[in-house]
Amino acid sequence: MAVPKRKTSRSNTRSRRANWKATPTTLTTCPQCGAAAQPHIACPSCGSYKGRHYAAAERTEHQA
Amino acid sequence: MPTPTKGPRVGGGPAHERLILSNLATSLFEHDRITTTEAKAKRLRPLAERLITFAKRGDLHARRRVLTVVRDKGVVHRLFAEIAPDMAAREGGYTRITKIGARKGDNAPMVVIELVREPLSAKKATVKEAEAATKRAAKQSESKKAAAKTKAAEDAEKTEAAAAVELPAGAVAANEDGSAPEGYTVKGNADSGLYHEPDGQWYDQTIAEFWFKSAEDAEAAGFKKAGSGS
Repeated sequence: MAVPKRKTSRSNTRSRRANWKATPTTLTTCPQCGAAAQPHIACPSCGSYKGRHYAAAERTEHQA
Repeated sequence: MPTPTKGPRVGGGPAHERLILSNLATSLFEHDRITTTEAKAKRLRPLAERLITFAKRGDLHARRRVLTVVRDKGVVHRLFAEIAPDMAAREGGYTRITKIGARKGDNAPMVVIELVREPLSAKKATVKEAEAATKRAAKQSESKKAAAKTKAAEDAEKTEAAAAVELPAGAVAANEDGSAPEGYTVKGNADSGLYHEPDGQWYDQTIAEFWFKSAEDAEAAGFKKAGSGS
């Protein structure tokens, strides 16, 4: 079985991991309440989307 | 080889998948609106729309076909007696999927899938009528004129029609370079029929065909406020 000849150096490990980056979420403002909301998703603060209201979309206390 | 089903597999096997989908369909027809994951909703949508098509047919054979999926007679009765008449004017598109945020525990993308039971909006109905009318007109004109109508002539007609767009009352056409005429601050978008006030969300990105002095003028000309919903 093929095995690595050398232990991966700390430098290599760290330079590999340095490229694991999170990307910021795209946000728009909700036209109904003005809070930040993800595009194409019902607003989590007021539950509105395209003039319709979705109670299930509203963020509960537990999730906030 | 049979074509595989579109979308992800759900459940632990084919029988489990059928059960999940029929339970989802039953709940949807019982409650009109259910919250589920995006993958399940996307699998449910074609099944539910097919069942509604059966319901619109309304005969005993169709009812028996539906009963093979939705086992609850009460729910099937509701589907045939209450839901199908609401869908009579609609040609497909009976369900609507709206994304809501991800679920807390496993970050699964959640959606609300609902039956579109509101009547066809007046705007769409008129558009449909207008389309039918133009079709009729086109047919008539074709039959009247000789068949040797070149495409160039058609194009010319179109541009003429576009140039002759009437200005609504209280509106001023945009300057050649798209800048605002003096004293007019509210943008009117002829394509969408919306107007944008200077503090609006989409004001900067809007290309204005018309300019209004105030929001009231725009309302009077039949424009709607952007973001007020359609």
